[in-house]
Amino acid sequence: MTAQARDATSLTSAVPVMSPDLIRQVDPGDGVREMSYQEAIREALREEMIGDPRVFLMGEDIGKHGGAFGVTRTLFDQFGGERVRNTPISENTIVGAATGAALVGMRPVAEIMFVDFSGLAMDQIATQAAKIRFMTGGQCSVPWVLRMPQGGGAGKSTAAQHSQSLEVWFASIPGLKVVLPSTPYDAKGLMKAAIRDDNPVVFLEHKLLYAFKGLVPDGDYELPLSRCDVKRVGDDVTVVASGYMVWHAMLAARILEAEGISVEVVDVRTVSPLDEETIGASARKTGRVVVVAEACRSYGPANEWAMVAIERAHDRLRAPIVRVAGRDSPIPFANSLENGVWPSTEDVVAAIRQVVGSPA
Amino acid sequence: MEVALQTLLEMYRRMVRIRQFELAATNLFKRGQLKGTVHTYIGMEASGVGVCMALRTEDLIAGTHRSHGHNIAKGADLARMMAELMGKETGYCKGRGGSMHIAAFETGSLGALAVVASGIPLAVGAALAFQMRREDRVAVPFTGDAGSNTGNWHEGLNMAAAWKLPVVFVLENNQYGVSTRIDDVTRIHDLSLRAAGYGIPGVRVDGFDVLAVYEAATTAVARARAGDGPTLLVTESYRVDGHYAGEPEVYRDRAEVAEYRAKDPIARFRSRLIGELAVDILALDAIEAEVAAAIEAALAFAREGSEPDPATALDYIYA
Repeated sequence: MTAQARDATSLTSAVPVMSPDLIRQVDPGDGVREMSYQEAIREALREEMIGDPRVFLMGEDIGKHGGAFGVTRTLFDQFGGERVRNTPISENTIVGAATGAALVGMRPVAEIMFVDFSGLAMDQIATQAAKIRFMTGGQCSVPWVLRMPQGGGAGKSTAAQHSQSLEVWFASIPGLKVVLPSTPYDAKGLMKAAIRDDNPVVFLEHKLLYAFKGLVPDGDYELPLSRCDVKRVGDDVTVVASGYMVWHAMLAARILEAEGISVEVVDVRTVSPLDEETIGASARKTGRVVVVAEACRSYGPANEWAMVAIERAHDRLRAPIVRVAGRDSPIPFANSLENGVWPSTEDVVAAIRQVVGSPA
Repeated sequence: MEVALQTLLEMYRRMVRIRQFELAATNLFKRGQLKGTVHTYIGMEASGVGVCMALRTEDLIAGTHRSHGHNIAKGADLARMMAELMGKETGYCKGRGGSMHIAAFETGSLGALAVVASGIPLAVGAALAFQMRREDRVAVPFTGDAGSNTGNWHEGLNMAAAWKLPVVFVLENNQYGVSTRIDDVTRIHDLSLRAAGYGIPGVRVDGFDVLAVYEAATTAVARARAGDGPTLLVTESYRVDGHYAGEPEVYRDRAEVAEYRAKDPIARFRSRLIGELAVDILALDAIEAEVAAAIEAALAFAREGSEPDPATALDYIYA
């Protein structure tokens, strides 16, 4: 695969650790294109809108402006303002209206500009959309997708109210599915599956990944909403990660490969429902586990993955599980401070060395 | 407004069905035969029936924690309603919802959402779908007075107004949010004035007068169907029972309650039917007897139903 030879430095400086050669991509061959994570999401939206008149988009500034991160750019021109619908700044009603439209057979894809603003919509997300099918005894379903950019780090300096990683807020609510893709391929396939799914799917997009490029096949495909993906096969240690943290794990794996440490990377690309089987199987195989999440350490997603590894592989674990996570802090503005609370590749490398008992 | 005799009798039937259902539910609750909580609609029957009689089955209502009446007004089956109150598999929600979430989708519902005014955005979204698909349907969310102080309510009215969506926002001013009088927490007394802030009509009507509500709702529904956008319809009402059955009501005078209880919308409609509209008293008595029998049948159906199997506890979480 030619793209595999691409050097990391050729990629945008905003995503220094990203390189296609770090990751197992789709099979090379006819009809494979390189595109960014952002383009992959847009292509999924476009194709689903062409293929299904029930699909429409709603959110703040998603029309001509194309959304805060440009994901919906050009879709307004193609589909018009009725299906690419600019809304008032009314997060709760954006989500609630998506629920209402979904209840009567539409497949809305709503956008909240930053996941940090989802607090305004949490009643509609967690208390209404997630529960209405259940509490009506299955009389209805809510087939919506809620797109929300999340995450911070890498010196982007968006500070405390535009940088959080909040997947646990949603993953702790039964009735929701939660997706956090790490590659363009995953983003497109998971978006298609999310739109076609009959449940409310919270689709978290990592802001630092929008510019990251990867290979995406031509033609229609979808990826399952309930499976982890083994991004790298290894024997000595399992690193469980999601979103941007997958790339810290992949880079750490390459660094340690030179030292003879074989790292398996399990990408929790669908945070909920959690694929316990894949995490458990990998933990049983390697006997050593590092869990890596960008979200705050306390009560964070990595803790759940560690618990799964314990429950499913306790008799095979040869070392205590090590956790790498964001510090229990709001995200600060200054780069120096932001770097101080965000997990780094070096943190993952150190954690792997710790579980394999290798000197630093 | 000329209303056909058959429609008048159906209004009366539905009001009596609500009243007798609520009395039966309260009776069960006070005897410990219902779990959870029961928020009754007694005294407010004219509001829900006046509105729902102006709707078609394919028009959708969005209910609240106090929606026994809304469901029955829209045509729900009393037996499946009662079974739901008892937490039975034979209830509308298979025992997963209970009193606060009773919703009969088969008669045109978007559900009953027990967070105040949370149904507003759902109705806005359903109406958006109707508009996009060029369907001749209307969405009608109910809230109380207190709901009009929430973000959901204001966001929803604004969005529906901006997009001229086919919604009739029904605000049933029963004057209390639990123990708090609306006048103590809101500067304006006439809540229909709030419509002006959204550039839509605000209509205020006597919520004890089913024909007045019906006429106002018919106008608002016609406006929505014509593509002219939403209306705020305020039905001035009163909650003669406590917030929930058995609630101690320490916050209001008994004399005040007695005054409103005397406004009984069913008694008032009955005397008007007999006096002004020359309806045969025997026809009304027959309706009352028929409803009484239906309530007995509903109770029997609900008691006979089985409780949901614990093995099915996780059903319906995901589609």
